Amino acid sequence: MQELADTIKTDLLKEIKDIDKEQDLVELKAKYIGKSGRITELTKNMRDLSVDERKEVGLISNKLKEEATKIIEDKEKEIHDRILNEKLSKEVIDISLPATKVCNGAPNILEKVIEEVEETFMSMGYDVVDGPEIEEDKYNFELLNIPKGHAARDAQDTFYIEGDEILLRSQTSPVQVRTMLKYQGKEPIRMICPGKTYRRDDDDATHSHQFMQIEGLLVDKDISLCDLKGTFDTIAKKLFGPDCVTRFRPSYYQFTEPSVETDISCFACHGKGCALCKNTGWITISGAGMVHPNVLKNCGYDPKEWSGFAFGFGAERCAMLKYGIDDIRTFYNTDLRELGAFDRKDGEQ
Amino acid sequence: MISLNWVKDYVDLEGEDLKELAVKVTKGGLNVEGVITNHIDNLVIGKIVECYPHPDSDHLNICKVDDGKGIRQIVCGASNVREGLKVIVALPGAILPGNVEIKAGKIRNQESNGMICAMFELGLEEKTEETYAKGITELDDDAPIGQDPLAYLGLDDTIYDLDNHKRRNNDVYYHIGFAYEVATVLNKKVKLPEANYKEIKDNIKDHFKLDVKTPKCPFYMAKMVKNVKVGPSPEFMQKRLKSAGMRSINNVVDISNYVMLEYGQPMHFFDYDSLGGHVLVRDALENEEIITLDGKTRTLTSNDIVITDGKKPVCIAGVMGGENTEVEDTTTTILIESAIFDSVSIRNTANRLDLKSEASIRYGKGLNYEYTIAAMNRACYLLEKYAGGEVLSGEVLHDKVDKTSKELDFVGDEINKLLGIKISDDDIKVELERLDFPYTYNKGTFHVIIPNRRLDVEPNINDIAEEIGRFYGYENLVSTIPRVPIRRGEYAPDVKIRKEISKRLRTLGLNEVKTYTLTSPEMASTFKYDNMESIVLPKPMSVDKSVIRTSILPSLLNTYNYNKARKVNDVMIYEIAKTYDKDYSETMKCAILMKGNYITTSWSNNTLKCDFYLIKGIIENVFDFLGFKNRYEFVVEKDVKELHPGIAARILLDREPIGIIGHLHPSLLKDDIYVAEFAINPLMAKVKPIKFKDANKYPEMEKDVAFIVDNEVTNKELEAAIKKSGGRLLANIEIFDIYRDIEEGKKSMAYKLTFKDDSRTLSDEEVMNVFNKIIDEVCQKMNAKLRG
Repeated sequence: MQELADTIKTDLLKEIKDIDKEQDLVELKAKYIGKSGRITELTKNMRDLSVDERKEVGLISNKLKEEATKIIEDKEKEIHDRILNEKLSKEVIDISLPATKVCNGAPNILEKVIEEVEETFMSMGYDVVDGPEIEEDKYNFELLNIPKGHAARDAQDTFYIEGDEILLRSQTSPVQVRTMLKYQGKEPIRMICPGKTYRRDDDDATHSHQFMQIEGLLVDKDISLCDLKGTFDTIAKKLFGPDCVTRFRPSYYQFTEPSVETDISCFACHGKGCALCKNTGWITISGAGMVHPNVLKNCGYDPKEWSGFAFGFGAERCAMLKYGIDDIRTFYNTDLRELGAFDRKDGEQ
Repeated sequence: MISLNWVKDYVDLEGEDLKELAVKVTKGGLNVEGVITNHIDNLVIGKIVECYPHPDSDHLNICKVDDGKGIRQIVCGASNVREGLKVIVALPGAILPGNVEIKAGKIRNQESNGMICAMFELGLEEKTEETYAKGITELDDDAPIGQDPLAYLGLDDTIYDLDNHKRRNNDVYYHIGFAYEVATVLNKKVKLPEANYKEIKDNIKDHFKLDVKTPKCPFYMAKMVKNVKVGPSPEFMQKRLKSAGMRSINNVVDISNYVMLEYGQPMHFFDYDSLGGHVLVRDALENEEIITLDGKTRTLTSNDIVITDGKKPVCIAGVMGGENTEVEDTTTTILIESAIFDSVSIRNTANRLDLKSEASIRYGKGLNYEYTIAAMNRACYLLEKYAGGEVLSGEVLHDKVDKTSKELDFVGDEINKLLGIKISDDDIKVELERLDFPYTYNKGTFHVIIPNRRLDVEPNINDIAEEIGRFYGYENLVSTIPRVPIRRGEYAPDVKIRKEISKRLRTLGLNEVKTYTLTSPEMASTFKYDNMESIVLPKPMSVDKSVIRTSILPSLLNTYNYNKARKVNDVMIYEIAKTYDKDYSETMKCAILMKGNYITTSWSNNTLKCDFYLIKGIIENVFDFLGFKNRYEFVVEKDVKELHPGIAARILLDREPIGIIGHLHPSLLKDDIYVAEFAINPLMAKVKPIKFKDANKYPEMEKDVAFIVDNEVTNKELEAAIKKSGGRLLANIEIFDIYRDIEEGKKSMAYKLTFKDDSRTLSDEEVMNVFNKIIDEVCQKMNAKLRG
């Protein structure tokens, strides 16, 4: 019996060797392990045998069937692999052809700067809030220590909408007032407000009748001018690189006292003097100061108990400096060929 | 404009480098924006001791010039050069305006060691045919050889260009005020100018009567000067007025301006004989008229203050004089007015009449009464000295000024707490002395009196801290972080929704743009689909920026055109901005414009071009992202005139209209442009939390069906009918084929229906029952046929 089985196996191995077509293999498979294949035939007359003989024949034929199946499957795989490889070798593409372009979704350049500023201030506990662009005179000026007819209004030539009461806000500072009034002199405040502002300026490369300010306010206990400097250092480093240092110069604003102008060291020449910083080594980016006691009072905060600082800077100016843009109208006349470059993570300054 | 020669009258600047001083003053907080100096190094007065023609030239001369140190040879081409003349000599090394460096050299083989100059070559006169023809500048015979000629001529001034009244109050934009700032910087004292004059017996009170009948004139002082002789003013005065940017008129008018530039107090000189003996100061009457000295008739309002002769106005107080009472060449008797008017009123008047002047700006910032008096005395002194005037005794005075002194008690720690650094009491004392603020110090408490000249300083600790801090030096500040609790900031809800939508749209390939809120009336009149009414600015700067927009879409079309002109063909943009209705109510909107290829493969046809269904997909993606699945719908909209009537829809959220979507009407632009705009606030509504749903729990069964319906039937209607008949077991409907005009006026629509129950496996039979019910009912209701 075993001899017969060995012969069948030898025959199978011999025959399968020459097969290279799938159809031939199917026929071979039928010849050996099909319904009336040679291996199946082995067990045909099983019922005529004794129990022991049946057992022997069963064992041998089962083993042979397993082996044959394995041999045929291996061959099957070999043929399939060959066919697939032949097919794939005909499917080579030119990977150097241009890619399919998916539209790019770039942020507006100002928004990109603003988002960076927001992220930094939020990490320092500042909420990001918004306020109306059509404002009342009392929020835009009066409660900020700039009464009607005050000379400080000259610097902010304002678009009035209704008499001298309703206007397009000339600064984001009214949001300071609104925020303080909201918390009614009871809770500390940390907020920034990036937003649109409007002034009667003729549009040119450096002036725009519409521009974006980023306002900030912190009101708490025992806040000092040094705290403002530390805060500014943080944001300057974030925006203009870790080497950036800041300096304060005295200045005058109605709603802060003491008031300062904030300069950053020129990141282009690192203080040596160049065209960007007009050879001074410094670039002014912001006005700031300690919240004027009158403003605190006007907004329900007792200046004996509370103190704080406020600041405002121009998003356009920051973006112009940061990205080397020389015309402020760039932000409002979007050329998509230019904007595309901003659809990416920024690198280190 | 501040003349430093002038400032030297009040504070000692001997040996100071004036460029460096400007830096120090700026560091103290007063911006010196420009330092204009006409000093030139290596310029000396020389004498031509010998002069003879150049042998190789028909117009050049060779001069031997004594420069005080020796004789040098200079070749000169001027027509007026001659022996004995004293001239301005630029020595080698001098750099003349235009960066012309003078070098020793040879001119046609003759040595020339310098240049003899004309004023225009020194930048002190304009170069014209006339000045050129005059030739070199001829100095007087007594000019000292070897000295600086510009100093000799009094032309070596240094001018500081201040930030033009931008920041501070009225306390530094005049020479004495500026001198105080310089004195503080240099720790020196200010010396006020001479103001002693004689008074004659004749008393003003016998000639003049004053009535002030308005609260807007808290201070009015009048003095009289007679026998004045009008003529040219002294040279020093002319030069100083010129360097401060004012024109010299005559001695009398110049004195009034000169005193204003000294004390910051505007003065008005009336011709007494034209004015008469009575002045009444009052509010103007509505529509009262006055002819001002520029010859124009001005119509006044009750806000304005007028000086009258008792009946008619002779002067708009603080703003402009009238025609008839001005000082003229024939004037002999002057009435001097030195007054304070309500600053707000003056500012409003000057703004309304567009008459801003040095005087009105100063009145408009408020004045210190001490200087109002000092300026009067100074004017009398100058009129006596330079106009031969005789000052009448006495003065006529109206004085309602609140003279409460500004005083403050404080301790050093209060300042240190605000500034965040430690300044010792001794250092505070040093700073107060520099500031010339009188103070006493008792056991740690300062008592300080703020001088009246510092109108800008209020008696509170912040103001004092600023004054001390700015001179102590902000470079001494250190960086600290506020000691406040740690927390992470958050976006306010209205900011957050904006950010979420913005980020999603960018992810979907749209570019964020920013455009102007103010638009033209034409632009503002389009896309009025939500009946918002535009606010029109009463005083716009230009027509194209005169209206506050109610829709962002017109601006996006501008951006589209801007890019199209630059050959950008695929434009996918959006903007989120606030819009305003007539009642000032605010609507934050998001506008989208899409045109061209959304996905492009340049070398094959594997390209996705933008169409209605793509922009609709963008909107759905955003709304689904925000959690509003199944809460919004698009309904046919034919009445938005800027949209293609057949390709437009209104967007509803929770059944309320929030915006529009569609193809731009070809009458606006022929390009294949798709737009959408929706209000953002409704998207802040509450949405359900996410719940996991097991997709594989029970098997789904799918059945396909195709109906033949009238061409007019919409997918929405057919789907609704299927859904209604399908009931609870019909989990999903998806259209997969449309075949138009399958027969006259009919189309075929094929759907894949998915049946499912979340609690059990459905049997074939029950699915077939529902499926057949759908077919029967839809055919009946929609006048449809099953497609075979």
